[in-house]
Amino acid sequence: MLLLTCPNCGLAVEETELAPGGEAHLKRFGPDSTAEQFEEYMFLRDNAKGVHFERWRHAYGCGKWFLAARNTATLEVYGTYPARTTEPPQHIRDEIARRTGA
Amino acid sequence: MRRFSAFAIAREAMRNHEGWGRTWAKRSPAKRYDVIIVGAGGHGLATAYYLGRNFGITNVGILEKGWLGGGNTGRNTTIIRSNYLQDPSAAIYEKSRGLYETLSQELNYNVMFSPRGVIMLAQTHHEVRGYKRTAHANALQGVATEWIGPERVKELCSIMNIDGPRYPVLGGLWQARGGTARHDAVAWGYARACTDMGMDIIQRCEVTGIDRDGERVTGVQTTQGPIGCDKLGIVVAGHSGVLAKMAGFRLPLESVALQALVSEPVKPCMDVVVMANTVHGYMSQSDKGEMVIGGGTDGYNNYTQRGSFHHIEETLRALVETFPMISRLKMLRQWGGIVDVTGDRSPILSRTPVEGIFVNCGWGTGGFKAIPGSGFGMAELMAKGYSPLTAAFGLERFREGRFIDESVAAGVAH
Repeated sequence: MLLLTCPNCGLAVEETELAPGGEAHLKRFGPDSTAEQFEEYMFLRDNAKGVHFERWRHAYGCGKWFLAARNTATLEVYGTYPARTTEPPQHIRDEIARRTGA
Repeated sequence: MRRFSAFAIAREAMRNHEGWGRTWAKRSPAKRYDVIIVGAGGHGLATAYYLGRNFGITNVGILEKGWLGGGNTGRNTTIIRSNYLQDPSAAIYEKSRGLYETLSQELNYNVMFSPRGVIMLAQTHHEVRGYKRTAHANALQGVATEWIGPERVKELCSIMNIDGPRYPVLGGLWQARGGTARHDAVAWGYARACTDMGMDIIQRCEVTGIDRDGERVTGVQTTQGPIGCDKLGIVVAGHSGVLAKMAGFRLPLESVALQALVSEPVKPCMDVVVMANTVHGYMSQSDKGEMVIGGGTDGYNNYTQRGSFHHIEETLRALVETFPMISRLKMLRQWGGIVDVTGDRSPILSRTPVEGIFVNCGWGTGGFKAIPGSGFGMAELMAKGYSPLTAAFGLERFREGRFIDESVAAGVAH
């Protein structure tokens, strides 16, 4: 079972306590955006095999959203971080670099 | 190809069975092919087969990174049905079901198609309304289904408890000509027919890159060297996103794990397929006597062919109420496959931004039933550039908002 630490309340919880929210760091476009931009935001996904950034909600806990860096090919978890970020923070990127050797 | 027949069995019996040939030939890749199909699963092999049979295109290489039929073709619960709500879905799934009816005869290979009937249980009032609507839609589409009451459900499947306190059976959508088939045999039968037409099936040959000349595909890089092609069909289910990235575009897909399991074998007790979508569980009995059980997908992206255990627990907990006898059964094996799920839970059979590349993906949790129809339509799309069967399943439907939305209304367990 997948275990993640919610960065909002600090609890390390099992997957059954969480609701998955799909790929993170999607870019939204404003009211004048094109159909292509909306498709990009709404449907197209990297669906990466390897390092994947994704959204989770601590649904049966504090109820708040957070983000996780995880590997979809090995199921390793690199870390979790608050949802108020537009890109993965430095300490997460360092951890990924350390563990993947990249 | 040696045809299988009663006469062939008698002949081989006379000479110690030494005359049976290989089912498909092991080949190494040629320098180039007219068409390369990536993925020797059911859909890839069926695409190659109908390219040859319907359009005479036989200079085809089928590349497989693992072994033939070893992905989702060998991991599903073998259910065949076509009781979908939307017209494009009903058309392609019913085409597929129809092809299954005579597939053994056509391929001269026993795929053990067993039209034993499929019941989709209605366990909430919402489902009752939904399935009645689907039955009406199916009548207009020429798909033979009917709404049946709880007594008839009990008659068709006597081991079911229709009075469960939490999930009572209120009726069901019954498709008498739905059923199951032997999943491996479907892949093997198509592979045998492809070999017979002179196509090359190359196993343990992983595609590592896609070559382009501007906006056109020219070939692929593989672990067995470069191979040139005019047209490339990507039919790789869970890994579609990985191949698309090599080609330089993205797909509206997410890959997640779907699990199934089988019990110890027991005496025949259930001769229909039952699907219970409210609780995300479905069950049938194999010819060996095992109860074959499938459940829902995990919620997170995953390429490991392993899923979360709590999904199995949830599926079984719900099924035990509807089928009390399975509480005494031991489960023998459990496995997972990686399914590629689209936003509208309908597949993608489409051209792509790269000229010459076609994708057949997004079958999600229900691809096995569609193998013949998917191959039939995909072959026409690749040969002629258009197929009425696949026209509605293009990639552009997401941008244009023309979804084939099976995710909420119709008969899809996911």
